[in-house]
Amino acid sequence: MTMTQQAASAADAQSAPVPPSTDGRTAQRSPARRLLARPEVGVAVGAIAVFLFFFAVAPTFRQADSMATVLYQASTIGIMALPVALLMIGGEFDLSAGVGVVSSALTASMISYQLTQDVWVGVVVALVFSLAVGAFNGYLLVKTGLPSFLVTLGTFLMLQGLNLAVTKLITGNVATDSISDMNGFNQAKAVFSSDITIAGVSVKITVLWWLVFAALATWVLLRTKYGNWVFAVGGNKESARAVGVPVTFTKITLFMAVGFGAWFVGMHQLFAFDTVQSGEGVGNELLYIAAAVIGGCLLTGGYGSAIGTVIGAFMFGMVTQGIVYADWNPDWFKLFLGVMLLGATLINLWIRRQATRK
Amino acid sequence: MATKETSGTTSPPIVELSGVGKSYGNIRALHGVDLTVSPGQVSCVLGDNGAGKSTLIKIISGLHQHSEGEFRIDGEPVRLGSPRDALDRGIATVYQDLATVPLMPVWRNFFLGSELTRGRWPLRRLDIALMKKTADEELRNMGIVLDDLEQPIGSLSGGQRQSVAIARAVHFGARVLILDEPTAALGVKQSGVVLKYIAAARERGLGVIFITHNPHHAYMVGDHFTVLRLGTLELSAARAEVGLEELTHHMAGGAELAALKHELAQVRGVDTDELPSASLGAQ
Ligand SMILES: Nc1ncnc2c1ncn2[C@@H]1O[C@H](COP(=O)(O)OP(=O)(O)O)[C@@H](O)[C@H]1O
Ligand SMILES: [Mg+2]
Repeated sequence: MTMTQQAASAADAQSAPVPPSTDGRTAQRSPARRLLARPEVGVAVGAIAVFLFFFAVAPTFRQADSMATVLYQASTIGIMALPVALLMIGGEFDLSAGVGVVSSALTASMISYQLTQDVWVGVVVALVFSLAVGAFNGYLLVKTGLPSFLVTLGTFLMLQGLNLAVTKLITGNVATDSISDMNGFNQAKAVFSSDITIAGVSVKITVLWWLVFAALATWVLLRTKYGNWVFAVGGNKESARAVGVPVTFTKITLFMAVGFGAWFVGMHQLFAFDTVQSGEGVGNELLYIAAAVIGGCLLTGGYGSAIGTVIGAFMFGMVTQGIVYADWNPDWFKLFLGVMLLGATLINLWIRRQATRK
Repeated sequence: MATKETSGTTSPPIVELSGVGKSYGNIRALHGVDLTVSPGQVSCVLGDNGAGKSTLIKIISGLHQHSEGEFRIDGEPVRLGSPRDALDRGIATVYQDLATVPLMPVWRNFFLGSELTRGRWPLRRLDIALMKKTADEELRNMGIVLDDLEQPIGSLSGGQRQSVAIARAVHFGARVLILDEPTAALGVKQSGVVLKYIAAARERGLGVIFITHNPHHAYMVGDHFTVLRLGTLELSAARAEVGLEELTHHMAGGAELAALKHELAQVRGVDTDELPSASLGAQ
C-alpha cells in the first residue's frame, strides 16, 4: 500500500454523509476548516517552506542523491518516531527509546559473538529483549499509576548504565567486536541495511521500511479497533475504560511497539557499522518526540497522525543535511531544530483552535 | 417501536439492591440502601454532595464492589468485577464528565469499545460506513440531529454530548441506564434536552437510574424517588406517594433547613421572609 493511497483513503474518511436536516445549533464546518482539522496540515506547510528554503540556498540540495541522503537521515529518526507518535497519541512518553536502540543492537551483537556463530540468534534475542523492555515500561506504568515520564526516566538510566557496564564487562572495551564475518551477516544486512537502486539513485532500504511502517501505522490508527483505542486511551483514559476499552492492554502494547522500533533501528545500526558504540543513543529519544510533535501529535495525547510524524522526521532530515549542503557549520543544527519545534507547535495550536472553533 | 410502559406494571425488576453498603477503609460511605429498577421506569436517586450517590452507582456499574448487603440482577446475586461485566449484563452508565473522548469524532465515540469491523483478521478493519450510518440513525431515533458526525464530540454542547452518550447506551442494548448528575453542569435549556432523552429512553422500555441533586429535574421525569443522606436511606417512595414539596423538603434535610433559616436570620442583610419555605437548596 502506498502513501498516496493511504492519504486518499484518509481523505475518504472525512466525507461524512450530510444529514438533510440540522438542529440549528451546530453550523456546518466549511471544507477548508475540515482540512485544517487534519493533524498533518501544519507540518506539511512547514516542510514545503523548509524544502524551498534549502532548495534556494544550497545547490547540492537539488540533486537526486542528496535527496536520498536526506531521506536516509529522516528514516533513521522516522522509523522510531512512528511508534513514539502512537504512544504519544495514546497519552504516554518513552524516554528510554533512544538508549533502547543501542541496548537492542548491543544485545544482538554480544549474544551473536559470545554464544553462537549465527547473527540471527542475536537478532531474535534482541527482539525479545526490546519487546520485554517495552512491556516492562508499560506494566510498571499501569500498575503503579506513575507518570510515564518518571517510569521511563528510570528505564532510560538503567539501560544507559547497562549498556556501558555490560559492554565493558564482556568485551573489555566501549564498543562490541565486529560480527561481519559471522553466519547470516550478509542476509541480515540485506534486510536491515542494504542499498537499493530506484530510477538510477541508490537509496537505503530503511527508507522503504520507514514508508511501509508509516502505511501500516496509518492503517492501524484510522482503520482498526486498536487505533480507535489508542486515540481513546490518550484522549480520556477514564471514559475509555468506562465504555469497555482494554486500557491496560492498549498502553502495554504501545510501549512494546516502541520496543519493536528500537529493535529495528538497532539492527540497522548493527548491520550498517558491524560494531556498536555502547555510549550512543542518549538524547535521540527527544528527537523522536520532537518529530512526533512537529508532525502534529498533541503532547497531552489523543490527537495526531502517522503521516504528520513522517513529514516531521522528513523535515528533521532536510535540516540536518540541508545545513551541510549549504556549507554552514553543523553546530547550527540544534538551533534550527528548536526553532522548528516551537514554530510547529505554535502553528498546530493555532490550527487546532481554528478547527474546533464553534 | 416505542412501547409506552406505565409505572406499576408487573414486569420483574432488573436491578435490586437490598441493604447494600460500602466502606472505603474506615469511611462508611454507604449503609443499608435498597433500590429497585424495573423496565420502563425512571428511578431517581437524590442527595446532597457527599451523600453517597456516586458510590451507589459505582457499585451498580461495576467500578466498585459492595461490602455489605445483596445486589441482584434478574434475581441472581452478583458481584461485578468491571464496567465490562456490567455492560455485558445490560447495565450502561453515562458519567457526567467521563461520557466521551472530546477530540474524537462523534461516530467514533458512539462505537468506542464496541467497534464494528469487517474482513478477516490480518485485514480486519473498521466498517466505517456502517458505523456512521448506524450512529446517525440511532441519534435520529432519539431525536438528536447532528450536522456532521465527523466533528470532534468536544465541539458539541454539554447537553448534546450527554444525549449522544445516552443514545449510544440505548443502541448497545442497555436495559438499565445509569446517569450520574447529567444535568449538574448544564443550563436550563440544555437540562431540558437531557430530560427529554431520559423520557425517550423510558419510552423504549429501559430502566433508568437518574442521579441528581435537583428535585425539580427529578420530579419532571421520575417514577420512584430515593433520597440519600449521609450514606443512608432518607426516603424511598413512588411518585404517587410523594409530592415535589415533600421531596424538596427531604432533599434539603427538613429540620436542618429550619436551623439554617434561623442562623441566617441572625446575619444582617439576609431577608429570610423572602426565602421560600421549603425549596432552599433547589434551583
Ligand atoms: N474512593 C474513595 N475513597 C474514600 N472515600 C470516598 C471515596 N469515594 C467517596 N468517598 C467518600 O464517600 C462519601 C460519599 O461520596 P459520594 O458517593 O461521591 O457522594 P455524592 O456522589 O453523593 O456526592 C463521601 O464522604 C466521600 O468522601
Ligand atoms: Mg457524585
